Amino acid sequence: MISFESVSFRYRGDAPLALEGVSLTLRQGELVAVVGANGSGKSTLARLCDGLLVPTDGRVVVDGLDTADPASLWDVRSTVGMVFQDPDDQIVGTVVEEDCAFGPENLGLPGAEIRQRVDQALGAVGLDGLQRREPHLLSEGQKQRLAVAGALAMRPRYLVFDEPTAMLDPAGRRSVLEITERLAHAEGHGVLVVSHDTAGVSRADRVVGIVAGRIVFDGPPEGLLGDPALLARVGLSLPPAARLAAALRDRGIDVPVAAADAESVVTALWR
Amino acid sequence: MKRITGIGQYVPADSPVHRLDAAAKIGVVAAFTVSLFMLDGSQLSGFVGLALLAAAVVTATAISRVPVRAVVRGLKAVAVIMALTIVANALRWQPADALARLGPLAVDGAGLRTGVFFAMRIMLLVTGTSLLTLTTSPVQLAGGIERVLAPLKLVRVPVGDLAMTLTIALRFIPTTAEEAERIMTAQQARGASFDAGGPIARARAYAPVLVPLFFQLFRRADALATAMEARCYRGSEGRTRLVDSRMRPVDWVTMLVASTLLIATGWLL
Amino acid sequence: MALTLTQVACEYAAGTSLASVALSDVSLTLEVGQLVVVLGSTGAGKTTLLRAAAGLLALSRGTVDVDGRPASGARARRGAVGLVFQRPEAQFFSLTVEEDCAFGPRNLGRRPADALDDARGALAAVGLDPDVFGPREPWSLSGGEARRAALAGVLAMRPRYLLLDEPTAGLDAAGRDAVCAAVERARADAGVLVVTHDADVFLGGADRVLVLRDGRTAFSGDVPALLDALPALAEAGDVDPPEIPRALMLARRRGFAPGGALTLDVEAAADTLVAARRAAAGGAR
Repeated sequence: MISFESVSFRYRGDAPLALEGVSLTLRQGELVAVVGANGSGKSTLARLCDGLLVPTDGRVVVDGLDTADPASLWDVRSTVGMVFQDPDDQIVGTVVEEDCAFGPENLGLPGAEIRQRVDQALGAVGLDGLQRREPHLLSEGQKQRLAVAGALAMRPRYLVFDEPTAMLDPAGRRSVLEITERLAHAEGHGVLVVSHDTAGVSRADRVVGIVAGRIVFDGPPEGLLGDPALLARVGLSLPPAARLAAALRDRGIDVPVAAADAESVVTALWR
Repeated sequence: MKRITGIGQYVPADSPVHRLDAAAKIGVVAAFTVSLFMLDGSQLSGFVGLALLAAAVVTATAISRVPVRAVVRGLKAVAVIMALTIVANALRWQPADALARLGPLAVDGAGLRTGVFFAMRIMLLVTGTSLLTLTTSPVQLAGGIERVLAPLKLVRVPVGDLAMTLTIALRFIPTTAEEAERIMTAQQARGASFDAGGPIARARAYAPVLVPLFFQLFRRADALATAMEARCYRGSEGRTRLVDSRMRPVDWVTMLVASTLLIATGWLL
Repeated sequence: MALTLTQVACEYAAGTSLASVALSDVSLTLEVGQLVVVLGSTGAGKTTLLRAAAGLLALSRGTVDVDGRPASGARARRGAVGLVFQRPEAQFFSLTVEEDCAFGPRNLGRRPADALDDARGALAAVGLDPDVFGPREPWSLSGGEARRAALAGVLAMRPRYLLLDEPTAGLDAAGRDAVCAAVERARADAGVLVVTHDADVFLGGADRVLVLRDGRTAFSGDVPALLDALPALAEAGDVDPPEIPRALMLARRRGFAPGGALTLDVEAAADTLVAARRAAAGGAR
C-alpha cells in the first residue's frame, strides 16, 4: 500500500504550500483517479509517490518504506513505476527495446532476465515486433505505451501516471486508459492516474479531487460525477455522455450516475 | 520531414563488416591510422605501402556492400585540402631541381612527390575512417567507444556516464531537429525572415528560433533527468546491459589479423 | 473575401526516392466569419494542409488564392493569413508577453509603439488583461494563459484568415473554455480553420467540415451531412465520433434506435433514445 499521512509540501522555503494536509491510500489491484485543474498540485502528488519529491511535513510510506529515508529510496523507486505526460521526456534509448531495458539495467539484473522482462513488458502494451524501431518513428500513442512498458519492466507493484493522455489523439488516449484499467484490475497493480479531464474517471474504483493543494473529495466516481457544483469546483466539466445520462434521468430512465461514456449509457438503457 | 544524409552516415546492411564488433572495428581503424603515418613519403616503398592500404580500403568497402558513392562523398569535403597540400608542397621559390618553371616559381620534383603522398594519405584516412561510421550504427559506436575506453575507468574517468550522455545525445538529435524546424516555421508564419540583411542581421534574426529551442532543451533535460531517476538511474556503477556486447572469437581474430597486417605494412615499407 | 485552396497537392522530399505524397487534390474555401473544422486520423495530412494554406510549403500542384489574388510564398500572404501551431507556447522568446506578441506586427513593418498597441489589443481580445499579463514573463503563465498569449501573438497581425492546429490539446476544462471563447471572438473579423481531434469542442459551431484520409478529401460538407456520413467515417478510422452521436451509433448497432439522423444535441439524442427504448419494449410485449 502507498499511504500519504497528512502530507504537506512546498517547493521552496518561502513558496506557498503546493499540497496541504493530504492523506490518501493506494492499494494493489485498485485504480484511483486524481483529478484537478492545472496547478492544483496533482503532479506534485504524483512525484511524492516514489520519492522524486519528499514531504515538507507528514510522510509517504510505500509498503512500509518511508520515501524520505535515503536508505530505502531505490527500493521505493523500483516498487513504484512512473509514467509522465510527454513521452519524449522519458524515452532514453535509441531503439525501443533498449529504452524498455533502461530500468532493469539500472537494477543490475542479468542480461537474460532483462531480455525476458523487456519482451513481456512490450507484449503487455502491444508493442511486440517493434523492438528495433527508433523512438522518433513511433506515433505519440506508441511512444507513451513504450513509456508504460519501460515502467512495467521494473516489475513495480504500483504505477503512477501523471497526465498520461494529455499529448495523445483519441485513439492513443483510449489505448493508454485501457492499459491502466487492465494493469489494476487484471494484473493487480495499484494504479494512480493523475488527470485534468474526466475521461478516465468512470473506470476508476475511487476518485480523488484536488483544489489548490487540498483534497476536497475522495470516493466513488458517481459521488463526483453526480455533483455538478463539486465538479465545477475541482475545475472539471461533465463529460458529454454524462450529460446525456442526466437528460435520460430527467426523462425517467434509470441510468447510473457513474455512466460517463457512451458505452455505459447505452448498456444502461437496454439492460 | 527532411532527411539529413551527412558524410559517413550509417548505411544499414547485413555484411561481415557490419557484423564485426564496434570495438574491433575501432581497433582496426586505429591500426590503419598508425600504419598510414608510419609510411615514409620520401621512399618509393612509401607509395607501395599506400597502394597496399588503398587496396585494403577497397576490399573492405566491397565486402561491406556500402555504395562506393557514400564512401567517395566524404572526399568532396577534403578535396580542397588535398589540392592545397599538393600545390603547397610542389611550388618552390627558385629551386635547384625544377620540373617546370613559371617565372621565379617552379614545380619541384621532390616537393611534388611529397605533396601527392600527403594528399593520398588524407584521402585514405578519410575513406578508411568513414568506413567505420558507415558500417556501425551510432548506438553500437557509442558502446564500442565505451568498451575501448574502459581501461580509463581505472584512473576514475566516468566512461560509463560519458557513453550514456553520448547515447542520449544521439537519441535526441531527431527530436531536436523536428523541434527546431517547427519553431522556425512558426516564426516564419509570424513574418520572421532568416535570409535578409548582413551577417549580423541574420544572426539576430535567429534569436526567435534559438531562444525557445534552448529553453525547450533545458526543460527537456530537466524532465528527462527526473524520468531517469524515477527509473532508478544512479550512474553507471552497478548497471548491467540488455545486450552484453562482448567480443566474439571471430571479432578478436579479425581485429588481431587485420591490425597485424596493417602495422606490418607501415613498419616494413 | 475568401482563402481558397484549389486542387492542392504537395509532396515531401519531392524528386528523391524518399518522396511521399502528403496532400493530393484537396480543395477548400474559407470565408471571413466562417469556422471550418478539419478532421482526420494522425498522419492524414491535416498539419500539411495548414502549412500549405499559410504558404509555408511549396505546392507540387494547385493554387492558393487570398481574396481572389494568387499568392505564393509566405511573404505575399504576410499578415493576411495567421497560423498558430500545436503547442505555440513553446515559441516564446521575449522577456515579456507584450513584446513577444509585438513580434508579428513589427515584422509587418509597424512602428514599435504601434506594434505594442496591436499586441495589447490582441491580448485583450483573447481575454488577457494587457496591464496584468503584458509585462509578465511568458514562461510564468499557466497552460491556458500561455496558449491564449501565443494566439494573441498571431491575432496582433490582424489576419483575415486564422489557421489553428490543435488549439485545445493538453488544456484543462477552464483553459479549453477560454481558448474556445477567444476563437469565437476572433471569428468576428476572420475566417477560422481549426484542425482538431476534439470534435466535441468545435463541431457545434462549424460551418463546414473537411475530413482528410491519406492526404485526400474523404468528406467535405456541413455538419448535418457529416453526421450522416459519420458511421462510415468512424468505421474507416478517419473520425473519432463525438460522444453523443457515438451513443446513438452504439444503440443503432444493437438494433434499437429507430433510424433518424444522428445529432450533437444532448436533449434531441435523449428523446431519440427514449423513443427507441419504448419501441423496443412495445415490440417485446
